[in-house]
Amino acid sequence: MNRPLEAGLAVLGAAALVLVAWAAPWLKFVLTLALAKGIAVLGILLLLRAGQVSFGHAMFLATGAYTVAFLAPEMPEALLLLPLGALFGTALGLVVGLFVARYRDIFFGMLNLALSMVLYSLLEKLYALTKGTDGIRVAGLTFAGAQPAREIQEWIMFALALGLALGFGLLVRAYLGSPMGQALAGIKTRETRLEFMGVPARRVLLFAYVLSACMGGTAGALVAMTSRHVTPQLAYWTSSGELVFIAILGGAGSALGPFLGAVAFELVRVYAAAQVADAWQMILGGVLLAVILFAPGGVWGILAARFKARA
Amino acid sequence: MTHALTRRQAILGAATSGSLLFAGGNAGAQQKPAELKVGICTFLSGSASVFGVPAKQAAEMLFEEINKAGGIGGVPVRPYFVDEAPGTDHLVGEYRRLVQNEGVHIIFAAISSGSCLACTPLSDEMKKTTLLWDCGTQRIFEEGNHPYAFRTQGYGAPEVLAPLLYLLKHKPDFRSLAVINQDYAWGRDSWEMWKAGMDALKPGVRVVAELFPRLGATDYSTEVTRLLASRPDVILSTSWGGDLVTFVRQASERRLFERSTFVLPVAEASLQMLGRTMAAGHVIGARGDHWNNHPRPKDPARLAKFVADYRARFNEYPIYPCHHMAQAISAMQAGFAKAIAAKGGGWPNDEELANAFRGLTFDTPTSSITLREDGQGLEDQIVGLSTFTDRFPFAVPKDMVIFPAAMVSTPVGQKSVEWMKTLKPDILAQMPAAIAG
Repeated sequence: MNRPLEAGLAVLGAAALVLVAWAAPWLKFVLTLALAKGIAVLGILLLLRAGQVSFGHAMFLATGAYTVAFLAPEMPEALLLLPLGALFGTALGLVVGLFVARYRDIFFGMLNLALSMVLYSLLEKLYALTKGTDGIRVAGLTFAGAQPAREIQEWIMFALALGLALGFGLLVRAYLGSPMGQALAGIKTRETRLEFMGVPARRVLLFAYVLSACMGGTAGALVAMTSRHVTPQLAYWTSSGELVFIAILGGAGSALGPFLGAVAFELVRVYAAAQVADAWQMILGGVLLAVILFAPGGVWGILAARFKARA
Repeated sequence: MTHALTRRQAILGAATSGSLLFAGGNAGAQQKPAELKVGICTFLSGSASVFGVPAKQAAEMLFEEINKAGGIGGVPVRPYFVDEAPGTDHLVGEYRRLVQNEGVHIIFAAISSGSCLACTPLSDEMKKTTLLWDCGTQRIFEEGNHPYAFRTQGYGAPEVLAPLLYLLKHKPDFRSLAVINQDYAWGRDSWEMWKAGMDALKPGVRVVAELFPRLGATDYSTEVTRLLASRPDVILSTSWGGDLVTFVRQASERRLFERSTFVLPVAEASLQMLGRTMAAGHVIGARGDHWNNHPRPKDPARLAKFVADYRARFNEYPIYPCHHMAQAISAMQAGFAKAIAAKGGGWPNDEELANAFRGLTFDTPTSSITLREDGQGLEDQIVGLSTFTDRFPFAVPKDMVIFPAAMVSTPVGQKSVEWMKTLKPDILAQMPAAIAG
C-alpha cells in the first residue's frame, strides 16, 4: 500500500463521514463515538504489532472518561479536560506499563484484564465518590469559554474526534515507520534478536504501551464529553473485548484499520439493533465470525487486496 | 474500492436523510400524523430481561388493544423497542435515533436507573416528552428539573419506606437486622434510605451484617452462613430477579426463613418463579399496589381483564414491570387526550404534549396515579405478609396495608435520605389498617 493512496483514502473516508453526519444528525453522535473508539483501538493496534493483545485496554478509556466526569463540575472547559483525560490515561499507562511490559502473550493479556477489572470494581464500589453503577453525568461543558447550543456542540465534538483521529493516525503512521516502531515487529518475531542488536525490548514495548494508554485516555475523554454520562461499564472486560473486536474487524494492517473497524462496528450494531431489537448480538457475532473466517485481514485487508488486484 | 465505500455511505446517507424528511418538524401547525410512534427502552437481553421482556409483551398486547379500539385521538400507535442492555452510550445514541430518525412522538425510558439518568437530560435538550416507566432512582427529580420527563410510577423512597413502616408495625420489637443487597446503585441507595428511616423511627437497632454480593451472583452460601451465624431478627433484601430467586432458594434450603423475618420489597416479580419455595409469613412488596390479589382495585373488571388477557397470551401472570408498562400506556392515553382536548381537537406539539402531563391524573387497573408538579407520579404501595391461597400457585400477600403515595413519598424539593432522617414515629399512627386479603 503506497503512501498517497492511504492518505487519499483517509481524506475520502473523513469526507464521507462528514457527509453522513450532515445528512443524518443522529448518526453524527454514533460516528463521534466510533471515531473515539477508533482512537483507543489505534492504541491496541500498536501492541498488536508487537504480537501482544491487551484485554484490559478499556481501563485507560474509563480513566479518561472519569477524569472528565470528576473534573467537569469544577472546570467545565472541554479544551482543558481533553488533554487532562489523555494525561491521566498516560500516567496510569506508565505505572501499569512498567509492570506489564515484562510479560508476553497470554500473561500480558490476562494481567491487563485483571487490572482493568480492579479499576471497574473500584469505580463500582467507591459508591460515595463514583455513584456506583448509575454513573456520573457530565453536564454543561464549555468550549473556549462559550457554551454552545446542543446542535453546535455535537458538531464541535464530531470535529474534535475527527481531527484527533487524523492526528493520531498520522502520529501512529510516523511512529510505526520509525526504528522504534519497526522494533515492535521484532518483538513479535524474535525478541532475543532484538536484544542482540542492542535494542531493549522492554523499553520499546513500554513506549508503545504508554502511547496506547494516552490514546485510550483521549478516547475516554471524547466518549464522556459526547455521551455525557459515564458508568463503570466503560472499564468492564466486555468493553475491552469490544475494542479488540474492533481491532480484528478493522484489521491491523494500517492506521486506517481501527477507524474502518470502529465505524463498521457501530453502524452494524446500530442498524442491527434498529432492525431486530431482540437479536442484535447474534448479527454482531455473525459479522465477527464472517470476518475471522473469510477476511482475516479485516475490513482493511479486503480494501488492500482489492487495490493490489487492481494495481 | 474507494468508489464502493463512498457509494455505500452515499446510499446510507441518502436513505437516512430521506427518511428524515418524513420525521417532520415541530414548527407551525401540527398535522395529525399517520401513526403515533412510541420509542420504548427496555431490557431485551441480559439479566434484567426478566423485567424487560414481560413488559415488552404487555406493551405489545396493550398497543394492539388500543389500535383495535381506534388508536389515540384516531391515530394508530406503533411501538419502537430499543434494548438498553449494551450500556448508556449505546442507549443515548438510540434515543437520538428514535427522535431524529424515526420521529417518535413520545419515549418510554427505561428500566435501569443509569439509563434514566442518562436519558432525562436528553429529554430536556431534545424537548421530547419522556415517560420514565420503570426506573426507581430518587436522583432524577431530586437533583434536577426536567420539564419533559415524567415518572408514571412510584420510586425508591416509597418503595423502601412502605416496607419499613410495615415491619415496624408488624414486628415492633426487632432488635437486630442484616442487609443483603445486590452490589450496585439500587442495592446501595435502598440500604442508605432504609438505614436513615430506621434510625429515625427506631433508633438502636443493631446492624449485624451488611452484605453486598455481586450483581448476578449464583452462589450465596457464604452469605447464608454469615446470616445463620449472626442470627438477625430481620433480614432485608431489595434484590430482584434471578438473584433473589437464587438467594431465596439457597436460604430456604438452609432454613434461614425459620430463624429470621425477611423483608423483600421487590419480591413480587420473583414469586411466580419461586412457587412454593417461598416461605410464608415474610414481608413482601411489589414496587406499587399491583398485586394479583389487590383487595380493592379501583376497576376490578379492568384488572381481571388485564391479568386474564396476559395469562391467555403468555401463559404466566403479569409481574410488576407489566403493570408499570400498563401505567405508562394509560398515562400516554390520558396525556394525549388532555393535550388534544386543550387544543380543541388539534394535534399537540412537543411542548403542548409535555404541558398536558404536568399534574395529570390517570387510571390504572388498580387505582389512579397523579403526576405531581416535579413530574413524579404518586403510586400507592401495598405491602403484606407472604401466604399461600388456593387461587394462586405462588405466594401472595395477606394482611395488606395500602400506603397512600403522598404519605410515603419524599415531599417535592427535598432529598429522600435527608427527609427519611426527619421522620417521626407518629407516622406509624397514620398508617391505614391492614386488610386481610
